[in-house]
Order: sequence, then structure tokens, then C-alpha cells
Amino acid sequence: MSRAPNISSVVLPETFNSWFATRGWQPRTHQLELLHNALKGRSTLLVAPTGAGKTLAGFLPTLVDLSTLTPSALKKRGLHTLYISPLKALAVDIARNLETPVTEMGLPFTIETRTGDTPAHKRARQAERPPHILLTTPEQLALLLAHRNAHELFANLKTVILDELHALVTSKRGDLLSLDLARLHRLAPSLITIGLSATVREPIALQRYLVAQSHAPTDPAELISVLGGAKAKIGILKSSKRLPLAGHTALASMPEIYKAILAHRMTLVFVNTRMQAEFVFQELWKRNDGSLPIALHHGSLDVGQRRKVEAAMVSGKLRAIVCTATLDLGIDWGDVDLVVNVGAPKGASRLMQRIGRSNHRFDEPSEALLVPANRFEALECQAALGAVEAAAQDTPDARIGALDVLAQHILGMACADGFKPDDLYREICTASPYSTLSREDFDRTLDFAATGGYSLRAYEHFAKIKQSSDGIWRIATPRAAQQYRMNIGTIVEATMLKVRLGRMTKAGTPARGGRVLGEVEDYFAEGLVFGDTFIFAGEVLRFEGLIGNEVIVARASKGVDPKIPAYAGGKFPLSTFLAERVRAMLADEKTWKLLPTEVGEWLQWQKEKSILPKAGELLIESFPSGDRYYLALYPFEGRLAHQTLGVLLTKRLERLRMKPLGFVCNDYGICIWAARDLGEAIANGRLSLDTLLDEDMLGDDLEEWLAESSIMKRAFRYCAVISGLIERRHPGQEKSGKQVTVSTDLVYDVLRRHEPDHILLKAARADAALGLLDLKRLGDMLKRINGHLIYRALEKVSPLSVAVLLEIGREAVYGEAAEDILADAEQSLLSEAIG
Amino acid sequence: MSPLTNSQSTVLSIGRLSMIPDAAGVLFEPDERLLIVSDLHLEKGSSLARRGALLPPYDTRDTLNKLSAVIHRLMPKTLIALGDTWHDGNGPSRMNDDDHQLFASLRRKADWILIAGNHDPNPPQDLGAMVLDEITIGEVTFRHEPLIKKQSSEIAGHLHPVAKIRARGRSIRRKCFMSDSDRVILPAFGSYTGGLNVLDSAFNPLFPNRDFLTHMISSNEIFAIGRHSLVGD
Repeated sequence: MSRAPNISSVVLPETFNSWFATRGWQPRTHQLELLHNALKGRSTLLVAPTGAGKTLAGFLPTLVDLSTLTPSALKKRGLHTLYISPLKALAVDIARNLETPVTEMGLPFTIETRTGDTPAHKRARQAERPPHILLTTPEQLALLLAHRNAHELFANLKTVILDELHALVTSKRGDLLSLDLARLHRLAPSLITIGLSATVREPIALQRYLVAQSHAPTDPAELISVLGGAKAKIGILKSSKRLPLAGHTALASMPEIYKAILAHRMTLVFVNTRMQAEFVFQELWKRNDGSLPIALHHGSLDVGQRRKVEAAMVSGKLRAIVCTATLDLGIDWGDVDLVVNVGAPKGASRLMQRIGRSNHRFDEPSEALLVPANRFEALECQAALGAVEAAAQDTPDARIGALDVLAQHILGMACADGFKPDDLYREICTASPYSTLSREDFDRTLDFAATGGYSLRAYEHFAKIKQSSDGIWRIATPRAAQQYRMNIGTIVEATMLKVRLGRMTKAGTPARGGRVLGEVEDYFAEGLVFGDTFIFAGEVLRFEGLIGNEVIVARASKGVDPKIPAYAGGKFPLSTFLAERVRAMLADEKTWKLLPTEVGEWLQWQKEKSILPKAGELLIESFPSGDRYYLALYPFEGRLAHQTLGVLLTKRLERLRMKPLGFVCNDYGICIWAARDLGEAIANGRLSLDTLLDEDMLGDDLEEWLAESSIMKRAFRYCAVISGLIERRHPGQEKSGKQVTVSTDLVYDVLRRHEPDHILLKAARADAALGLLDLKRLGDMLKRINGHLIYRALEKVSPLSVAVLLEIGREAVYGEAAEDILADAEQSLLSEAIG
Repeated sequence: MSPLTNSQSTVLSIGRLSMIPDAAGVLFEPDERLLIVSDLHLEKGSSLARRGALLPPYDTRDTLNKLSAVIHRLMPKTLIALGDTWHDGNGPSRMNDDDHQLFASLRRKADWILIAGNHDPNPPQDLGAMVLDEITIGEVTFRHEPLIKKQSSEIAGHLHPVAKIRARGRSIRRKCFMSDSDRVILPAFGSYTGGLNVLDSAFNPLFPNRDFLTHMISSNEIFAIGRHSLVGD
């Protein structure tokens, strides 16, 4: 325990004591502590590992409080507790688990869930006559708060329980939820909040999130943290084969992984991308002589198929599941006794949460196996092991609330019973992500929500919200209210296409027919040409054609290799924190003995042929190879930051007439190649590395590139949808042909040319900087390495650079000019004509 | 140097006219200095705003700026706007003063012929432009909507053709000209105009057997792309 308040004063009602007793249980200290805080009216953050009875702890104050009511008081009680979860499946799961103690203690409480799947009539009834305990999602809560009688519905709300809070707060959903919490705090001022979370780096950020902020220093919520039970047993898999320099397949380790599965009851095999999931699944089945039930689970598979796998897992029918982050969150999927993490863990906190999935019995050790796929990853696995050992965390920083989410919330509040701007601004500033929101940004966002916020006041007649003479802003038309409700939420999915088995007719058009295997993002399908083969849903498939929004595929003949390897949904960049540990290991030769022999040899070799940077230094190497001249840098800052750096360095080299031709990067380093001799230019002083890597590249160079890049267009599209500028595409709608939409790329171009400082461009810029470019990290890095560059001019490739250069061909070259591709196609027309 | 963005080799010969497709999305006939532009869809933004989509109200200005650049570059004597100049019949009345003035200045630079479109069946008569349903010049008829059973060669708009190709794991979708020996369909010029893939069945009656050529537009260049390189949406 972090602290031990006096809990001897906490007395559980007799019903509860005897229920615990019949179960052979004792209430745990943190459960009683939480009850103690709740009785004192204090909000609390409970940080505990899986299996510590977190959920029961969260609900205990509610159950105890409700049990003191007489039957008639209970009838009139109304909504007492809201439970918010990031996943609707989790809400349903928790409702089921809660039924057990409530039924066994004979407590006559009503417990209901409300998700997107809840029938409309039931939702309507819930808004009129709510249950005592309602389990729901952030989006449904927003809808309830936009209801006209929200103030009556929530007036007597006593408790809000926020589950998996660590996962919620790192996204725009967390921003939306914080705004809804701010509203709840106002509707029910004596409300307390209970946050349930896995271990995080800075619990204080979550403690602040749980309470209403004010100008005066505000006390954060109380913190109760439960340390992990038994220490996890984590090992790094030692393969009998030598680790390759590059690649992410971990092919060499498959026999050992299969052996580990054989030796355990139930294994979760975590991988980082869907492509890896498909690959590992196939490779395991190739070796599956014992015909073990091994299943596959990732976000693109058909929902029905996923549910089947989940059910089989809960009922103990499976021996292993190969899965991606879709299984990261805390649903209890059964009796897992081994977690295998294939590839680099990328972050210590993520790794610890994954490991926590094995062994839900709190006091027994979890068992986990890390499987590096290449030599860099071996370094990263070792670094992660050290971090887990030290119980160090690397969860992301607290967010600054997004303005597109604010715009959506403003519309919702206008749908409820309207607002005065001064009041709403004050209320919004009580939400911790928005506590530093400026009045100017608030006013501009309000203006945007009303009429688009353009300096050319063209749309006063078409306002979505209007201020009446009493100073209150209300929704202007029923259609505006309808549009708000249809477009709620902050999750903007890439347009997904269904993958369906089928075949071609003689006429050359695909015939519909077979079953749906799952979904792929449209950009993936866009790149496919007839006959391309790729792995999906555990099979090698051949692309036949597109019909409407379906990708028609056939099973490829046996032995055909997949041609397109790029289906890479969900790549995580290396966390800053692990990067630091990896850099420290490189610099400290004594730690190498912990690594597989070939990794130690590789580093030794690098030391002889070039040099290994000390912690805090950035190594840069130049070398010729073929008819090209290379520059290799090793910042260890993760793929996103490296991609941004690669684009900017290439631009600078272009301006210096060094004729850069391309670059490649991975999580660890970056290689640029050019037609001019870079090493010579550095030697004779025409190219200065200090200038090349000066922080000022994040100024004009960045802006100039960014304005035209598809990255900004993508960020803009998300912001346009979330803020309500354009409507979401709903299934089936695209066929009606009656859409009132314009491509957001066109809108972006027009807005950028005519009002470059519009609030929505500001929101898109903030998103791109944070999520897609990792600008903060890049900026920190450039600052850090200033004056700490070490440079080696080499005759040929260095051992470290080989591992980066081998990425060529695995990754699409960034920003290849559309004109080149068109010129190629034109050329092929010419050959057609001649031939 | 020629102000055209197109090497003189790309010429669409139709009727007695030799038209040059330009990367700005317009056709130009240099001898008569005849400029053809189609589907400006002015005031599309404000039209959608009436239905609740408050898109940036700068599309009219943006479209006119682009057209202004084309006019300054090619200095046409005659300009034919092939219909759907406004997104709806009330478009002209919603244009703001600045846009009206800019538009008027462009009309003074050439003789304008406004062809009626399905979105603007009755373009204003008081703009100093000739307003017509169609016009025939050099044995070529200029009209908004292409006719399936046409009597002579034609140049039309209306369908907003775009072409898409895939290569090197990427796909590129751009506005394009679509033509055969006696028909040219222009891309839509307006800043908020989307497009219809040339492989869509809507084009089949016009180009039986999909026998057509496309000229795709990309930044400042134009590319002739054969139909075997094209893919559908």
C-alpha cells in the first residue's frame, strides 16, 4: 500500500461480511480503503494489477450505500452509479460479473448496460426511468448528457466509476469523457469519482483527471496503489538459430514458441502488427503436428469470428491465441498461464500489461517469454526486462484537450438545455485536459460550432446553434440536433472494405458468393492489382477484384508466397524511455553478456569497424556503397520521429545540392543515400553536420513540407469529422448517391489557401504533431544532441547500418512522387502503342 | 516558350478543331484563342451550408482565382463555360460582392458564352455573356451533357471524369479529360467538385467497348494514360 488510512473504522454491513465469509474470502485492504474514502466523499484512483479484485473494490461503495436504503426509498432512488468502460464488451462482461454478488446477497438493485447495441426503446426508457447502476461507454454518456432532461437524470448521481482509465485518457475519447465528467460534476456537485487503472508512470495526472479543476490549487483524487502480487517470471527466448540482423518475422524462433505452447495449458502470443499475427499463426500451424487448437485474433477479422475465438478461450477449449493489441485491455479471457511477446515490446508499460494477462490469480507469478526477431530487438527486449525489473513505467504524458472534440461537446451542450458562454467556459476549464484552454480558443471553437468560424461571415443564416435574447445558446434546428447525435464520438475508422471469398465469372467480373473473412483498410485494397497475393485471416489469398465496398479474393494455390507484405495495421513506435535504456546498453560493454552471443559479437564488430556512441551522443557515419553515398544516423527515437527527420534531412540535402535519392528508417536509426559524395562534402567543409541537424529544421522546412503532405490531410479529415464539419459516412449511405459531402482533401486545400489560421487547421496541426510526426520527441532529440555529434567517415557499411539498410524494400519509400508513377504509366501507353 | 502546360504534341483533333488539353483542366484552341472550361459549380459551398455542412465559404473565390490565372496565362478571345457554372439556380444571388467583381473582371477579358447546365438551367442573362443551350463551332457542338446519339462531334462536361491508376503499391486518382475521335469530355473545374471514375458504367453508352483515351492532370503536368492502365474505384 502506498499509505494506510485508518480503515478500522470501516464496517461492512452484515450482509456483505457473511457473503465474503461464505465465499471463504476476506475483504482486501484496498477494497476497504476505497470504501473508507467514498464514505468521506473523496474521489479516489485505484491503481492495481489484474486479478487484485479491482472491479469489486470499485463497486463496493455503491453496493453498500444502496443496501442501506429501504425498499420504497430504493424504488425512488433513480440513477446512483455510472460505470464507464472503453469497450462495450467490457461493460457487458462487468454487468454479468456484478450480478453474482448482488444476487447472492439478495440485493434488489437494478443493473443495466447501455451501448450502441441497446435497442432504441430500451434506451428511451433508460433516460426516463434509469436503473440504479448503469454501465456504459463515453459515447453513450455524451448522448445522455445531450438529452433535454439530463439535469433530472443525473441530479442524484452519487458515483462514477471509470474503468481502464489509463487506456481512456491517452486519446480523444479521454478528452470527450473529461468534458462529460465536467458536466456531471456541475449537475451533481457532491458526486465522487473512482478511477480504476493499471500501473502508470504519473498517477497524479489521472488523480487530477478525476476531480473538477479550479483556479485555486485543487486537491487531486486520493491514490490507493496495490503493488503487484508475486514477481513475474520473464525470460528472453534463446533460439538455437542465430538472430538475423533485420526482419520482424521471428521465423527462427517458431519451433521454440511451439514447444513453449506445448508445455503450457493456455498461451497468449502477442505480436505488434496484424501482418505479424497472420505470419506467426501460419508458421505455428505448419509445425502443429499435435493439432493443438491454436486460434488467431486481430482487429480486422470478422466480428463473428472474433467472438467465436473469445468464447472458445473463456471455455478453455484453446491452447494458444495469436493476437494483437485488440486483446490488450482487461477483459478476463480465461486461464492463461503463459504470455509470449513476439518482436520488440516497444514500451515497458505495455509489456507489463500484456504479461499481466497471464495468471489472473493475484498471488501466483505470471510467466512470460520475450522473442526478439532481430539483433536490435534483442537489445530492446533486454532493456524492457530491466525496466520491468525496476517496475519503471513509460505511459504517455497527459493530453492537452483537442479542439475538435470541444466543438462536438459544445454542440451537445446546446442540444441539452443550452448554455451561457461564460458558464460553459468555466465548466470546461474544470476538465483537467482543458484546464489551460484560453478564452480565445474557446470563443473561436464556439464560433466554429455555430457558423463554421470563418472570417468571411457567410453562414449566419445557416447557424447550427444560436444565441437567444436571454444570452443562452441553443441548438438551432432539429436537423442540427440529429446531425450531432448521428456523428457523436471521437473514433474515426479508416474506411474499411469487407474481404469476401469469391471467384471471377467468365465475363471477367467477380461473382459474389463466399463468406466474409474480415475487413481491410481501403488504402490497402487501393494498392492491390489483380493477381496480387497477401496473407489474411490465416490464409494466402489472391486479389480478384473490387465490387462496391467488397474486396473479392480467392484462396491461392498451395505453396504460393504472399507478394504484398505491407498489411501493417497498428505499429507502435519505441517508447522514449526504452530508447534511453537501449542507448545506455550500447554504451556499456558490461551489459552485453546478457545478450545472445551473436548480438554481443555484432556490437563488438561495430566497435572495431566504427565506434559505439556513448549515452547522450548521436553517431553519424558516412560510407560509399555501389554508386551511392550513404549517411547513417542512430537516434533510437522511434519510427515516427525518424520518418519526419528523414523527410526534413532529405529536403535540406536537396537544397545543398547533395542530390539525395531516398532514405529508409526503423525504430533505431535512419539511412539516407545520395548521388553526391556526402563523406567528401563533410571532409572539405561544404556540408556541416551541426547545421544539417540544427533545431531550426522544425521551422519553415517542416511547415513547408507539412502543408502539402498527406499527413496533414489525414489529420484534417479526422478533425473535420469529429468537430461536425462533415458528416460521418454511415454504412449503405455511399450507395444512395445523395451524399452532401465534399472530399475533405479539397476542403483542406481551399481552407489553407484562404484562411490558414482557421481553428480547425490548428486542431489538425496539433494532432499531426502529436500522433503522426512525433515532433515533440524529435525536437527534444535535436536539443539533446546539440554539441554531442560524433562522426565517422567509413570506407564501407558499418555493422549497425546494415541492420537499418536491410529495411529497404520492406517499407514503401516515403513520399514517392505521384508524377513519377504517372510518367511510368504514360510510358507504358507508349510501349502499348509501339508494340 | 509556350504558356501551355502541355507539350504541343498532345492535341485532340475533333471536327475541324485542334484542341490542347491543359493541366489546369481546360481545353484551348490556339488559332481562334478559344478557351473551354466546364463545371465551375460556383457557390457549391453555400449550397451545402443550407443543408448543414458549413464548409469553408471560399470555394467560389478559389475557383475564380484559378480561372483568373488560366485567363492571364492563355489570353483567350472567347471563353465557353460548358454549364453548371453555378451549383444551383440561386447561386448567382448568393455570391458576395468581391466575388461578383472578380467574376465581372474576368468576363471583361474575353467574350463569354455561358452554356446552360442541369444545375443552372437558366443562367443570368444580364452578365454581358451570351447564354445558350449549345453552340457549334468548326463542326463541333459544345454542350453541357454529352448526347448518346449525337449528330456531330461534341465537347461536353457534366460527368466530372476522374481516372485512377495503381502502381508500386500506391494508387493515384486525378481529374482527367476523356476522349475518342469525335468526343471530348472535360474534367470539372470547380474547387469543390469531386469526380466519377471513367470506368463507371455511366460512361459505357458514350464510349462503347470502353474505347477512349484519358489525359490525367497532376499539379502542373498532363499525362496520357491508356485504358489498360486504369482501375475502377
